[in-house]
Amino acid sequence: MLRDITIGQYYPAESCIHRLDPRTKIVGTMLYIISLFLFKSFPGFIVVVTAYTGILILSHVPFSYVIRGLKPILLILFITVFFNILATKGTVLWQWKAITITKEGLQRGAFMGFRLILLILGTSMMTYTTTPNQLTDGLERLMAPLKVLHFPVHEMAMMMSIALRFIPILTEEATRIRKAQTARGADMESGGLIKRAKSMVPLFIPLLVSAFHRAFDLAMAMEARCYHGGKGRTKMKPLRYRLRDAFAYLYLGCYLGTIILLRVWLKI
Amino acid sequence: MIPVVTKGLVHDYVTRDEEGNASETKRALDHVEITVEEGQFVAILGANGSGKSTLAKHINALLLPSDGTVLTCDMDTADDSYLWEIRKNAGMVFQNPDNQIVASVVEEDVGFGPENLGVPTEEILTRVSDSLRAVGMTAYKSTSPNKLSGGQKQRVAIAGILAMEPRCILLDEPTAMLDPIGRREVLETVHRLNREKNITVLLITHYMEEVIDADRVIVMRDGTVRMQGTPREIFSRVEELKDLRLEVPQVTELSHELAKRGLPMKITLTPEEFAEEYAAKCAGNLPVRANKENAAESARKETAADAAPVLSLRDAKFVYGEGTAFEKTAVDDVTVDVYPGEYIGLIGHTGSGKSTLIQLFNGLEKPTSGTVCFEGEDIAGDKYNRRELRFNVGLVFQYPDHQLFETTVFQDVCYGPKNQGLAGDELKERAEWALRLVGVDESQWQSSPFELSGGQKRRVAIAGVLAMKPKVLVLDEPTAGLDPGGRDEILSEIDRIRKETGMTVILVSHRMEDVARYADRLIVMNDGKVLYADTPREVFKHRAELTEVGLEVPQVTQVMQLLKERGIPVPTDIITTEEAIKALLPE
Repeated sequence: MLRDITIGQYYPAESCIHRLDPRTKIVGTMLYIISLFLFKSFPGFIVVVTAYTGILILSHVPFSYVIRGLKPILLILFITVFFNILATKGTVLWQWKAITITKEGLQRGAFMGFRLILLILGTSMMTYTTTPNQLTDGLERLMAPLKVLHFPVHEMAMMMSIALRFIPILTEEATRIRKAQTARGADMESGGLIKRAKSMVPLFIPLLVSAFHRAFDLAMAMEARCYHGGKGRTKMKPLRYRLRDAFAYLYLGCYLGTIILLRVWLKI
Repeated sequence: MIPVVTKGLVHDYVTRDEEGNASETKRALDHVEITVEEGQFVAILGANGSGKSTLAKHINALLLPSDGTVLTCDMDTADDSYLWEIRKNAGMVFQNPDNQIVASVVEEDVGFGPENLGVPTEEILTRVSDSLRAVGMTAYKSTSPNKLSGGQKQRVAIAGILAMEPRCILLDEPTAMLDPIGRREVLETVHRLNREKNITVLLITHYMEEVIDADRVIVMRDGTVRMQGTPREIFSRVEELKDLRLEVPQVTELSHELAKRGLPMKITLTPEEFAEEYAAKCAGNLPVRANKENAAESARKETAADAAPVLSLRDAKFVYGEGTAFEKTAVDDVTVDVYPGEYIGLIGHTGSGKSTLIQLFNGLEKPTSGTVCFEGEDIAGDKYNRRELRFNVGLVFQYPDHQLFETTVFQDVCYGPKNQGLAGDELKERAEWALRLVGVDESQWQSSPFELSGGQKRRVAIAGVLAMKPKVLVLDEPTAGLDPGGRDEILSEIDRIRKETGMTVILVSHRMEDVARYADRLIVMNDGKVLYADTPREVFKHRAELTEVGLEVPQVTQVMQLLKERGIPVPTDIITTEEAIKALLPE
């Protein structure tokens, strides 16, 4: 079901990870993503998984909830692993016609698969523990220097948070529209690619029309609540670094240090 | 300070062509003069398209007058320098709960207004917690709005306005998309704010029950004010209201009809008031009449039971998200039969399982356990053609916007039969038949379905399903959001279609008065289970049990039972106004 998609969804809980400054979490997530590309063999994962587990426990987000966030990327995951297995040359383990599976291919496929999974788990940890509003606040503050270049930082941040708010609403609406059209005999599952693409028209048009209606309504509601851009706005929850952010940066530093040391000394 | 004054207010919606020249002008407001005094609770009533929402947007300076002036809290809306001050003082709550919540956490959304106003952080926090307390939503402050019911979302929206410390709140059909429970929640909240915080309230609605407690009612039609006065004054003009596509509560209509027939009754607004008035003035010369079941009704019950059921559920159960944390049993061991040609009213509040049940009827969902049979065949069987089933059990969902997609009305109606494999003349005939049946005029067949009014969209949506010539027609709240005039039209059309085609009809509804009038049999759902499955007359005898699960019996039934409690010898199995008139008039 579409509504079970948890990626990008906030998980309400009172944990020290939730209370971290969003800037810390954004910087942390970015460094985490970079760190995943710093090593080339399996031992590196031990460090990543250990560090991640620590955060997961502190965050109070249930493991099952985190895992469900992987669902929407299963297809991409499968394709990545599949092509890495097939396209890597090396010691042949099994061969059938044009399909060759090599030891290196399996290793590479598994490595890429793990990397992708950890990439998603790490980034979704940020969205589970940070409300979209905090997230956009964080981004807004981090990108504030760009204002000098007349880059619309506040507007971008606002657009992002609104998009996040409406993703679950629109997915649920898509489910309803699909049902309404299925009830009229729509067949969206069978047939070739073109037929299937065509059969999506009755789904997409009502969804698009509705999205425009919603956008129009929301713009009016925001105006009615005195929204007039970022100028003169105050914050209900202004960002302030606290002691726990220092600890978080320390944790991050240790983690990155370990990865870099392993890379430089042990050449993993 | 006077919250709202409009003087000669005119608004024209101008459609412009590509060069920016005005091509069409539609007058939405025509010299409207209203005044709302401080601390008042004013209701604006009007059918769809009467201009009432346009008026609200003027008060909030979302629209500016084409002519005339609007003073909101003594400030001219046309003066740009007052803009934010006006919107802060006259906050506005809109119809669609989802489309006005900006943030993904309740408290952050409530803080949105004060943030825009530049209120210091410390004060925002106090205002947010005060506002949430005032609407009774403190417990949900860190919840995502997506997890709330419609009524709760509207309360959050009201809190968001309160946090701006307004002197006046405008509510533009805040309950149109809510169920009766949500509607009550919102109204109670608004009344409390009006009473306790002395906030002026301007409530726009077409539900008559909601305006009974207002201080003053303004009735609009075609952009003009047609009536003004207290609810009692307005409601005593029953015939005029009907001409304006509005209605009065059933009990008011009953007192009006009795008075018209010579009984010394005054107009009453609630069942309690009616019982008191009737007992005091009219009960003396009432003949004693026994409770006796309508003969035609029992005959119908018997013939129905003879035939084989068209739909038959045996211990059907449906569980959402089985094995996950979100597991929920939506339909729980339901056993019901639907006979050919029956008109079934399916009632129950939101979350009672009725939406899932209708999806079991046409195979959109398969039962987790138990069986669902259509004409004796198990629809969950491996070889069963469920796509074929959907042509036989036509399901019209609540919002027509979820199914209309083609460029013309006619083509949209063709979609279903085309999926059935029809083509050429046969397809054309089918679509024409369906459109004529629901009463869509031929002049509209080639227009875009998106340009139609709410009632017309609904008709096209119903035609789109009817065009498949289903044996059973299931309608999920086909009248939600329509004004009383539109609602009565759709319902009588459904009744006519059923009489003309002999189709089995299943109508999902919140309105007891409607199912009492049309349905042969009711299925009452509560908590996934069937609470009652019987004739309306039998079901409505269980007033106490129905009230307990948040449902009501029709007002006339309430009246009869209240009279009986006062020792007046009236039959209590009365379910329509016509029956009540007959029972309450002396011979």
